[in-house]
Amino acid sequence: MTIIETEDLSREFIVRRKTGRFSRTKQVVAAVDRISCTVSEGESVGYIGANGAGKSTTIKMITGILVPSSGRVTTCGLHPVEQRKALARQIGVVFGQRTQLWWDLPLRESFTILGAIHRLGRQAASDRIDQLIAELDLEGFLDTPVRQLSLGQRMRGEVAAALVHRPRLLILDEPTIGLDMISKERLRQFLLTERAERGTTLLLTTHDMGDIERLCERVLVVDRGRIVHDGPLAELRRTVALDRTVVIDYADPQPPHDIADTERVGYEVDGLRQSYRFHPERTTAAKVLAEASRLGEVRDLTLREPAIEDIVRTLYGRAR
Amino acid sequence: MSPHLQLIAAEFRRQSTYRLALAAGVCTNGIFGLIRAGVLLAAVEGAGGTAGGYDARTALLYVLWGQALLGAIPMWGWNEIADRVRTGEIAVDLARPIDLQVYWWFRDLGRAAMQFLGRGLPILVLGSILLRVAPPAEPLVYLAGLVGLLLGLGINYLCRYALNLISFWTVETQGFQILYMVLVSLLTGFTVPVHLFPDWLKAIAEASPFPSMYQYPVDLISGRTIGAEVWSILGLQLLWLAILLVGTRVMTRLGTRRLVIQGG
Repeated sequence: MTIIETEDLSREFIVRRKTGRFSRTKQVVAAVDRISCTVSEGESVGYIGANGAGKSTTIKMITGILVPSSGRVTTCGLHPVEQRKALARQIGVVFGQRTQLWWDLPLRESFTILGAIHRLGRQAASDRIDQLIAELDLEGFLDTPVRQLSLGQRMRGEVAAALVHRPRLLILDEPTIGLDMISKERLRQFLLTERAERGTTLLLTTHDMGDIERLCERVLVVDRGRIVHDGPLAELRRTVALDRTVVIDYADPQPPHDIADTERVGYEVDGLRQSYRFHPERTTAAKVLAEASRLGEVRDLTLREPAIEDIVRTLYGRAR
Repeated sequence: MSPHLQLIAAEFRRQSTYRLALAAGVCTNGIFGLIRAGVLLAAVEGAGGTAGGYDARTALLYVLWGQALLGAIPMWGWNEIADRVRTGEIAVDLARPIDLQVYWWFRDLGRAAMQFLGRGLPILVLGSILLRVAPPAEPLVYLAGLVGLLLGLGINYLCRYALNLISFWTVETQGFQILYMVLVSLLTGFTVPVHLFPDWLKAIAEASPFPSMYQYPVDLISGRTIGAEVWSILGLQLLWLAILLVGTRVMTRLGTRRLVIQGG
């Protein structure tokens, strides 16, 4: 069953640019340019693109908070703008940069209020809230006012808040931005469980390839308002290099070392710093580190993930 | 609990988290009230004991209730929604299964309740003792007063809500906020009672919704307006409430259609 359907969906903005002391010129910018796609119930879709590519604008139109300039969008069988309130009962949205929690109140109260706004009924609400508290491990800071939570704690709270009413479709706009590795992994693990148990459809935008690889089966790549790639994650993997690079700083100069399943791509300062590129399906950063530690004393390590911008550039080059 | 009661309760609790601010509010309103009482009493005495229908006792009641209601029915602008439009946080409000206007209205009721209990009541009690002013004895005055105050609060909220909705068109509302503050502090009868206005200014005020949010409810609860006039005042308030309700509904509908959510 189709849960999101767009047809030639477009949104233009008028940008006024200063051209002289008093003069300004108007320019029409197409933030989203004739996007057509369908998402079926139960899918998990990553929506990626560089900054300003049109990701958030699309999300806003799908959720009904922005009126399209032209084209059509149907979400959960509803017209998002006309039936925004009815739609809000069926979808959960997390805007990573904004909060839907009550800033001055203890975290727990936001869930109670949201349960009431969604008219869940006392028992149904408290069952669901208890479940989310357990699964997202929120117990320790339920009575803390939201403004005093750490970013990682707050994001878990945000995700719980978006799921209180058991939405069919969960839309996450940059859910892991600014989170540390452990918080990210915790959140991803929860989302995997939620999907496995309830079959929730997931649409997420992110700059983090880790999110995509852990959570998404299908990837849509948008560039300058247009979709330049739509296909399963595996296909994206074949199309563009999703290689990672580990940069290892040794405590003392080393001869060039080779590490299994990687390619040495850097040798600097007499071997104090050596870089290895690898494919995440063949080996892991942990294995590379273990091997490097055997060869010499490792002082520091950095992991470079593939940048979304590079992926888009590769795809865009191909699309043309 | 119904979503509406839940919103009232939540905002009530939110307002009560800033206790020091409440105490500071009581202090400021109290001191400012004493100054206002002094000025108005001098005016009444200078006019030979009565002015605009006020004698010393009713003038004090007007100031007392005015100061006590100031927290609940604010005489200044409000930009919470406009701020959320400016930062894009409004997206969160719009992505909820509840009407924007209804959502903020019930929050405003919670806010007003807390502000009245936390700021208004202490001022009423302290002020009555300090100024030795006898409150009206007829229970019906308080019934009419309560209805008038609730209508006044509704009118006040709808005006502030409309002020915020302007941001759907302009994003920045600073100028409108200042204009609103000037109009409100003058035309509501907060700075000077409407009854003391020169005729031309009185005519302007009476043609606006502003006295209905402040002067008229204060007249009702302090026992100045009595008898059949109570009904015409309540009817006038109801009329303004209805006009503003229709106006803000249209604004909300048009505004959400053209609103551009700021930020990525």
